[in-house]
Parts: sequence; structure tokens; C-alpha cells
Amino acid sequence: MPTATNSSKAFAGRVQIALIGCSHRTAPVELRERIAFTPDQALRAADELRLSGTLEEAVVLSTCNRSELYGVPRDADTDAQAAMESFLTNFHGIPASELDGRLFRQQNSEAVRHLFRVSAGLDSMLLGEAEILGQVRDAYGRALDHGSTGPVLNRLFQGALEVGKRVRTETEVGSRPMSVAWAGVKLAERVFGDLEGHEALILGAGAVAEQVVEHLRNRGIGRLRVVNRSRDRAEDLAQRVGGESIDWSHLEHALKAPDIIVTSVGGTEPVLSRALLDRVHSARGGRALFVVDLGVPRNVEPAAANLYNLYLYNIDDLGEIVEQNRKAREAEVPRAEALITEHIGKFETWCTSVEAISLTQRLRERLIKERGRLLDERAAELANLPTVERDRILRLTDELIERVVQTPHDRLRRTRELRRRLAGIEALRDLFGLDGEDS
Amino acid sequence: MNGTWAYVNLALYVLSFICYARYLYGNNQWVGRLATVFLAAGVLAHYVALLERSRWTHTVPYDDLYGSMSLFAWLLGVTYLGLEVYHRQRSVGAFVTLLLIIWTSLVMAFAPSSAPAASRARGPLFALHVTLTTLAYAAFGLSFVLSVIYLIQNHVLKARRPGLTFWRFPALDVLDGMSRSSVLVGLVALAVGNSFGFVWQHRLNGHYSAADPKIIVTLVIFALYVAYSWLAVKAGWRGARAARICALNFILVLFSYTIVNLYLTSFHRYL
Repeated sequence: MPTATNSSKAFAGRVQIALIGCSHRTAPVELRERIAFTPDQALRAADELRLSGTLEEAVVLSTCNRSELYGVPRDADTDAQAAMESFLTNFHGIPASELDGRLFRQQNSEAVRHLFRVSAGLDSMLLGEAEILGQVRDAYGRALDHGSTGPVLNRLFQGALEVGKRVRTETEVGSRPMSVAWAGVKLAERVFGDLEGHEALILGAGAVAEQVVEHLRNRGIGRLRVVNRSRDRAEDLAQRVGGESIDWSHLEHALKAPDIIVTSVGGTEPVLSRALLDRVHSARGGRALFVVDLGVPRNVEPAAANLYNLYLYNIDDLGEIVEQNRKAREAEVPRAEALITEHIGKFETWCTSVEAISLTQRLRERLIKERGRLLDERAAELANLPTVERDRILRLTDELIERVVQTPHDRLRRTRELRRRLAGIEALRDLFGLDGEDS
Repeated sequence: MNGTWAYVNLALYVLSFICYARYLYGNNQWVGRLATVFLAAGVLAHYVALLERSRWTHTVPYDDLYGSMSLFAWLLGVTYLGLEVYHRQRSVGAFVTLLLIIWTSLVMAFAPSSAPAASRARGPLFALHVTLTTLAYAAFGLSFVLSVIYLIQNHVLKARRPGLTFWRFPALDVLDGMSRSSVLVGLVALAVGNSFGFVWQHRLNGHYSAADPKIIVTLVIFALYVAYSWLAVKAGWRGARAARICALNFILVLFSYTIVNLYLTSFHRYL
């Protein structure tokens, strides 16, 4: 997780967060691709929003499914979201009318909830997908390194990364395989555990086989071999994934080594008959063999499933598992939402704490200013006092101000419950007239 | 009589089971760690409970069936903790702690209210013989649990109908490895424990003898678990077949532990 180098910077004033953006829920891909940001563009946009005076802090999150601008408005009273929207249209040269109804606007707790849901994968096209958490981490990390974040967005994004991680570890939202390729590999792990040190043989070099290979590589498979009727295609795939290719004529011999076989070749007859698998299974000492048949028509004779220590899954079996997992993921959403609500609470407590501390700081400044005014008004009365006495009055009043301010300052810092009760801290700000710079 | 510590250890086993079950369902690492901590605390409390009862009966905890079964449960907990640390695998904790709870509850429910007559002191060699043999039985008990989970997991995989908790269970290879480790611990403990038993018998009677049903059954158990260890890595037997043998072997262990001890043996009988 990126660390917030400038999070110690004092935050002065109310914590406000503005968000505008569009996602797969609000805009078609034709529009999303036009308002997407490259990493460099994202940083440039954050700079421009800050330099223009619209935002104090800014992070742009742009993936294939969403483009979102998060910011802390510099001036609480102006419509920062309108300025951000206008900036977005200008930056990409898109007429505002085209974005009409396609952009969403959110602020404060709504914006926080949105980012936390995005990070948890609840707003993703594929519920609970893991990639988005990495994308949020990257977008935030780049903005942090670039210096476009501050205490508020640092806290917000660190909270988002934390909640995203918790949702994935404490709920089932992201844990179950959601594609047949992934389901096949996860099932193989149910047999062998860690795939490191195990060998896989891929029959066929098509797109589905490639997906499986990618998952196997990600899970650390020890050795990968590819066999295909067209040796060139086998070599091509093997080269791309760092495996070895084998000539189709050596298929039976090649079947004796692997622990996992994935087949997706064309043809009307099964490529792997029960008899063939029985022979190779005996030759390999009866070690467990996991076979994923992704071919349609099926590449493996169904009766092979009865062989001892052989586990056979075809595309329908895996499809059923994926469907079951989709339902299981959906059932976990309330638990994920509860975690998100918990983290929103934490963030809001932090905001109240920051606001409370800034409030006492403002109170101190206000009292010092009032003392200056009083001394100016009574300048004639104090004119005859020696400098030593005037300094003494200043010291005593300094001490008095500290005593007045210190107690609420300490209590606000230490007592969470008090901060919670003072959630409407705006009222105090208004009561003491601590709003404007000139107060 | 059940002392205070017996209730404390049962409560800790229950807490550990709740955490292990939650870990199995939710995969929260902290809940998993908490389960291990509760189990370790339960095992510690169980040890104190055994000491407490030994003081009350003025004899070793394995002098009667109650004490022996309690010692078995304690050693089962100790062996499982060792395996959990060695294999870094907590998914079977819920099943082991459930067995511990059932076993401990039964032991407590049938605990005699009066202390058994204190037996004469038999020395450390005899104590080691009994403790190591009980450890072997506990390790075999653990391998039984692991083998049953293996068979269920294997059945689910073969039937191609993985359920909701299926994804949380350890892989077949991991279960197989844990089971074999557990049996290995059992075999070593049984071999060393029985050797001590023979030496002690020689000191007592001046000769070695295997003419007791308990010794004969123990040797058969030893041979069966050696056979399992060999078959578990042998072509055509590894996997579910070996797991079935391991599970069936434990029936003989239970027979030896109960029927043989209570009715068939002469000098292995509880007081």
C-alpha cells in the first residue's frame, strides 16, 4: 500500500469530498473510451484541477469500466462539481451535451461510499473482481508520488484499499471462480494444493486454452507443455507462455507426465479415450490426474471419469460451478456492505476529529486576534505602562487563551464519543463565527 | 468428579471450535489465529485439569478409563496443534475441535464421583509407555479425522458437485500429507512406547511376553498402520483407497482402547 508522505500536513477547515465520473452503469463503452485517462493524463488532469483553484487535492481513477475524478474542493462555497464537469468536457474535447445524464455527481459520505464500493468490487461489471483493487492502488499511488493528494484523499484512499482487502479476505465476494478457465484451475488446486512443482499439459492452442494457461501461470504451475495438431500454433503459444511444445504424434507419451490436462481441440471424436487414459494413468503410478475438458464436442470420453484417482470436468460442469459461485457471491454482498459501512464510520470519525481540531485552532487564532484588537482600542490606557508590564500582560493573556483552548482541544482529540456527538460541528463554527478568514 | 479446570478447558475448546468454524466460513486470518490461541489455551487448561485430577486421585491420570480418555483428548489437541503449525493449515481445526468437545463432554459426563483406589507407583518407564501409547492412539485418531475429510472431499470432486464450503477445505494432497504425518507420529510413539512397555515388563517379571490380547491387538494395529503408510505412496492405492484403510484402522484402535482394555486383557486393564 502506498504510504502517505504528506498526510501529516495540517488540514484547516471542513472536510469536503467531491466526485464526478461515469462507469459501465451510466455510459456505453463508446463514451467511456473517449473520457478515459492514461496514467500521464490522469496526473496532468489532477495538476490542472489544482492549479485552476478548483481542487485542493485530486485523484483521477480511470479503468476500462470507469473514469472518476475525486477531489477536495478548495472553496466550500463554490460548485466544485460543476467546475470538475466543465474541466472534464474541456480536457477531452467532448461537448457537454454528450455527457448529459451519463455522469454521476456525488459528495462527502456518498462519494466515500462509492469509492469504497468500487474498491471492494461491488460496483464492478463482474461482482467482486480483484483487478479493480489493484487499479485503485495504482491510481492513488501515482497521485501520491506526484504530490496531488493531501490528508483527506490520503485517508480516503487508504481506507478504500483497506476495505477492499477486508471484503476480499472476510467475505466470499471475491473468492469463488467466475470463469470456466479459473474454475478449472481452482478445482485442480483442490486436488494438488500448491501448483508449484506440478506439470500441466495443454491440448489445443485456442483462446480458451490460453485463458487456462494464464491462470495456471498466475498460480505458479511448475511446468507447462502444449500439444496441438498444428505444431506452429503449439510453438507459438508455448513461446508466449514460457512453456514447451510437443508434436501431436507424441501425445500418448506426453500424457504420462502431467498432473493436469486441459483439452480444447476440435473434432467429432474424443481425443482422449477411457482406454488411453487408463493406460497412461497406470504408467504414471496412479498419481492423481486432473482433466479439464473444454472442448465442444467433448474431447474426453465421459467414461474416463470412473477411473480411480482421475478427476474429469467438462465445460458444463465448470459452467454450473461458475453459476453457483455467482449466486454465492451475490449472497455475500450484505456482509461486504456492512464492512463498507463500518469503514465509512471510521472515515467520518476521522473527518470529525480533523474538523474539531481545526476548530480549536481557529478559536485560538480568533482569541489572539481579538486580544490584538482590544489592545489597539485601549492603546491610550496602556500607553503609560512600561514595556515590561505590557509584555507581562501579553504573556498572561497568552496563558489564558491556551487554558481556554486547551481543554476542548484535548477532549476533542481524545474522546471519540464527544466527536460523534459534535458531528454537527458546523453549529459551533457558526456560533463562534469561526468560518471566514477575516473573522 | 470434574474440577474447575475441566470446565475451563471445555469452554476453551468450544470457543476454539466456534472460531475455527467461522474461519472455515469466512476465511478471516485473525479469526483463524484466535482459534489456534483458544485451542492452545484449552490444551494448557486441559493439562492443568489432568494435574488437578491427579492430585485428587493421588495417582497418574491414566489409572482409570476416565483419566486415560482425558489424556487421549489432551494428546489429540497437542498433536493437532503440532500438525497445524507444521503444515500451516487450519481448515480441519473445526472438525478436530468438534471431536475434542464431544470426547471431553463424554468423559466429563461419565466421570466417576469418587476417586479410584490409588495404584502403586510404577516408575517413569511405565509412565512413558502409557503416555506414548496414548499419544499414538491420539495421532491415529487425528489421521482418522483427516482421512474422513479426504474421503468426503474426494467424493465431492468425483461427483463434480462442489458445495459452498468446499472451497475452504484443504486440498486432497494436503489432507493426505497431514494424515501420513499424523500416522508417522503415531507409529514412532507406538514403537517407542511399546518398547518401554516390554522393558518394564522384563524388569517386573524377568521375561518378555506377547501373550496378552492387548499386545497382540497393538501389534496388529502397528502392522496395519505400517501397511497404510506403505500403500499411501504406492501406485493404485494412493488416494481414497489408502484413506479408507486409514479410517478403518481406527476402528481397531477404538476396539483396542475400549473392549480390549475393559474385558479382554488382564494386566492392561484399568483399575
